[in-house]
Amino acid sequence: MSTEPIDLSREDNNVGSLVDRAAKWIFFACALVTVLTTLAIILVLVDGAIDFFSQVSLVEYLTGTDWSPRDATDPSFGVLPLVWGTLVVTVGSALIALPVGTLTAIYLSEYADERVRRTVKPTLEVLAGIPTIVYGFFALSFITPIIQYFNPDVGTFNVLSGAIVVGIMIIPMVSSISEDAMSAVPDSLRNAAYGLGATKFEVSTQVVLPASLSGILAAYILAISRAIGETMAVTLAVGMLPQITASPFAEMQTMTAYMVEIGTGDASVGSIGYMSLFAIGLTLFLMTFTMNVGSMWVRSRYREEYQ
Amino acid sequence: MTANGPQTVTTSESDGATSDDAMTDDAPLGSPRVDDAVIESRDLDVYYGDDQALHGINMDIPERKVTALIGPSGCGKSTFLRSINRMNDLIDIARVEGDLYFHGKNVYDEDVDPVALRRKIGMVFQKPNPFPKSIFDNVAYGLRVQGKDDGDVEEKVRTALERAALLDEVEDQLDSSGLDLSGGQQQRLCIARAIAPDPEVILMDEPASALDPVATSKIEDLVEELAEEYTVVIVTHNMQQAARISDKTAVFLTGGHLVEFDDTNKIFENPESDRVEDYITGKFG
Repeated sequence: MSTEPIDLSREDNNVGSLVDRAAKWIFFACALVTVLTTLAIILVLVDGAIDFFSQVSLVEYLTGTDWSPRDATDPSFGVLPLVWGTLVVTVGSALIALPVGTLTAIYLSEYADERVRRTVKPTLEVLAGIPTIVYGFFALSFITPIIQYFNPDVGTFNVLSGAIVVGIMIIPMVSSISEDAMSAVPDSLRNAAYGLGATKFEVSTQVVLPASLSGILAAYILAISRAIGETMAVTLAVGMLPQITASPFAEMQTMTAYMVEIGTGDASVGSIGYMSLFAIGLTLFLMTFTMNVGSMWVRSRYREEYQ
Repeated sequence: MTANGPQTVTTSESDGATSDDAMTDDAPLGSPRVDDAVIESRDLDVYYGDDQALHGINMDIPERKVTALIGPSGCGKSTFLRSINRMNDLIDIARVEGDLYFHGKNVYDEDVDPVALRRKIGMVFQKPNPFPKSIFDNVAYGLRVQGKDDGDVEEKVRTALERAALLDEVEDQLDSSGLDLSGGQQQRLCIARAIAPDPEVILMDEPASALDPVATSKIEDLVEELAEEYTVVIVTHNMQQAARISDKTAVFLTGGHLVEFDDTNKIFENPESDRVEDYITGKFG
């Protein structure tokens, strides 16, 4: 038996180990790009917003009910009309997408046979891949005329059309993520319920739905967050008139649509209109950020540990 | 609710006089017919797609006894168990031919609702599968879906836990999650859940195979006690377990054939089939 200790030390000139270490840094650099971009966006938003709030008081911004930034004599910067527009579109679309998306997910996960599921699910995901400007055009050329058929007084731009189209747009998000969560519920739980004489409906609603609740709620929040941030479709469908009104047929303006209007318009750099972009952008960012944090919290809070 | 019909324990087919006519080439050795049969399988074939998993099973399962189904992996014993309460319906590609009588009613008749059948024939699975709900809600679930939650649910839940020999261990934590229990406790919880709605038959699919020896012995004791009130059919790959707890034993061998069915003592001491003897003595399988 040899007493010579075996050499297990690293060979410094070894190409393999060099690649290994280089790869780690390359991967790290890629990950860093994402993180730094996020930080840079926040920095730019905050920096611009600080300029804006040096001229407009935070109280006026948060409580004002009149948004007329380009009024030459008496500009007014109350963000509430824009928030209202966004809110109406978001709530309206959620009223459509959450029930339809959830029921679709239950159908696909529990009722549809394999062949149907294999066809319908990819189709839904294609729906999610259509450029949102196309949805906006769809709202203008299809949904709004239908609304006008029932109510001829409705104008070309109205918030109902926007809410419907955004609702359709986020259905795939709700149904796809919810279906994933339901499919992840182990069959042993379904068998346990069937073995006790539960019907398919009872298994779906009393066993599968509660067990996948965390995933479903996360899907809801992500979809709502998407509706808040949705831009092109609502710019086209809802219009450019910031106002607070309860009428679903009224033209409104969402925060995102305002940013499109100013961003593509002739607001000169350094003007108050230009700076307002950053304030609105930061507000939007905070809203969606809160939703996403909420989604993570819900996921961990309602996660069911099954085996 | 056809499975609730008049409960004629034996049909003409299982009377001794005509039983020879009903026998086919697939008839197992031993005594596949008993007088107090609650479940009678007649030429039962089960297919998964093109594969035949069971070949012409003929077997009578006696009331309030423990019937063990043993055999090597893939022999079809679990498939047979799942065909009794039509759990195979849940598998898209599964197809059943032949007859299976429960109290003289063919459970594969068109007018039989599998949901109603499963309310009479409860099931305990291989891996403990409590719902991610409280211990109380787990046991109460069957009562609720079966509409038996009028009266005193709490009393029924406690009785079921008591019968499943679990009440003493969980009495103070009925509101905590069933998933917080140990594996053996979870399985007894599943047994409590199965017996709470008071079925007639309890099917058990290797209920102790995922458990440690101590938990296993508790489950075995429990099975023997349950047979005082229920008909128990238990699949096991553990021959000692079958010998310890069952009254009748069915030996399935590879390919989905029931080779021999008889009193457990007879099977383990003096089987008629050489292949069964080889299997029992560990020469193959």
